[in-house]
Amino acid sequence: MKREQIMNAALKLFAKNGFYTTTIPDIAKKLNMSVGNIYNYFKSKDILAQEIIKYISSYLGEKLKKINLEKISTKEKTKKIVKIYFQTAKNQPEMIDYFLRVYLSNREVFKGGCEGMICINEFMVEIMIYFEEGVRAGELKDQDFFSAFGLFMGYLGGMVFLKGEGILPSDLDYYIEDISDNIYKALSK
Amino acid sequence: MKTKLLWLSSLTCNGNAHSFLNYHELSLFLDNFEFIYHPIIDSSYTLDDIAKKDIECDILLIEGAISKELKKGDISVIDMIKKYAKKAYRIVTVGTCASFGGMFKNKGEGLHFLQERELEEFRYFKDKTVSVSGCPVHPEVLADTLYMIKRGYDIKLDKFLRPKEFFSYTVHNGCTRNEYFEYKIDNHNYGEKEGCLFYDHGCQAPYTNGSCNKILWNEVNSKTRAGLACFGCTQPQFPKENLFFTKKNMGIPQYLPLGVAKRVYLTLAGISKTFKIERLEKKLFDD
Repeated sequence: MKREQIMNAALKLFAKNGFYTTTIPDIAKKLNMSVGNIYNYFKSKDILAQEIIKYISSYLGEKLKKINLEKISTKEKTKKIVKIYFQTAKNQPEMIDYFLRVYLSNREVFKGGCEGMICINEFMVEIMIYFEEGVRAGELKDQDFFSAFGLFMGYLGGMVFLKGEGILPSDLDYYIEDISDNIYKALSK
Repeated sequence: MKTKLLWLSSLTCNGNAHSFLNYHELSLFLDNFEFIYHPIIDSSYTLDDIAKKDIECDILLIEGAISKELKKGDISVIDMIKKYAKKAYRIVTVGTCASFGGMFKNKGEGLHFLQERELEEFRYFKDKTVSVSGCPVHPEVLADTLYMIKRGYDIKLDKFLRPKEFFSYTVHNGCTRNEYFEYKIDNHNYGEKEGCLFYDHGCQAPYTNGSCNKILWNEVNSKTRAGLACFGCTQPQFPKENLFFTKKNMGIPQYLPLGVAKRVYLTLAGISKTFKIERLEKKLFDD
């Protein structure tokens, strides 16, 4: 699908070179498309950026939803979420980079239509369900959502950042076990 | 011809009997109905007469939880229930204790249910029964149910035998705080006009079946309109604990609006919280 191809190409360029450095002609060139044709699919670069974050949120949200629907303990879910996050960082590093380097860093781009959680809702809903069901099951400590969210996602984002900077001595997979254990211990009762 | 009512009190605080005194058309009601016995309204017979004599009765009203041990004087309440349940052509459980056990759920049970669990003992007259739950019963809902019975209406009931006419709604329906609910603004102090009480103050209206905000109490008000949370008093699980607090798990309410799936609720919540509606954040009038 053309629309998805444009998003994928733009995602890689935005993640690698940054939002402002990347132009619509750069994206068109990569796809052998005319600039005008890209505008047929996305009215502006800002809208393209917003659609990309929705696409990433939906992609990750769908994976988390599958984990949430499994009849397993919160401890097992924690490990699976860490694994999915690191696998995505390894196989589609542009997705995580985009989230960290574009979505979180260029907030002004996401003002007109992506305020608050709107464009990352699918991902956030599944994270909330993971926490809520963990507390309900008596495994996780009841606390403020963002205290728990920051601990979980900040940790994972930090590890991916270190990997991206070439600081981590081992592959991300190597850390899955320990990190899942640390997160679960920190969040559990 | 007046319809003959027998009001039997079982294990009860008599709150329903008192609540019924607030019915705004009580004298008109008494032109149409006759209490052969009622604990506080003048009636034709004494409780002793009811127990010992064979008195004609059209509708049996039972208030209070059913307890096998309970006696009034030396009269077994359960024997009176059995006796008049046969004679009456309709039975009404008045209030939540008689319907589900309610406040007395540890000492007794409802006529057909203990909380949500259906009981066997009186199943043989379940087809006659209508449950008008509430703590206390809403006087107008009770009176209207009795009029519907008198006039021979085909009363549609929910799975707990409550008339759908009154219990297919939630208490949230008609609440004057709906705008605050929509945009997730609790921001409430008890008794004030502003704010929704669902998010922090324990309000159970979005998942409680009842008409309190459609048929107002004393024709003027409801708990939520007055600024107090709905405690879910018509529900089988009533009373829950910590009624003034919303039970949450990591910020997400444990009990969600009736029939709303968690993913749907959270999606809408995420969007609603994005908006900052200044008009709703501040006092309605601050001059």
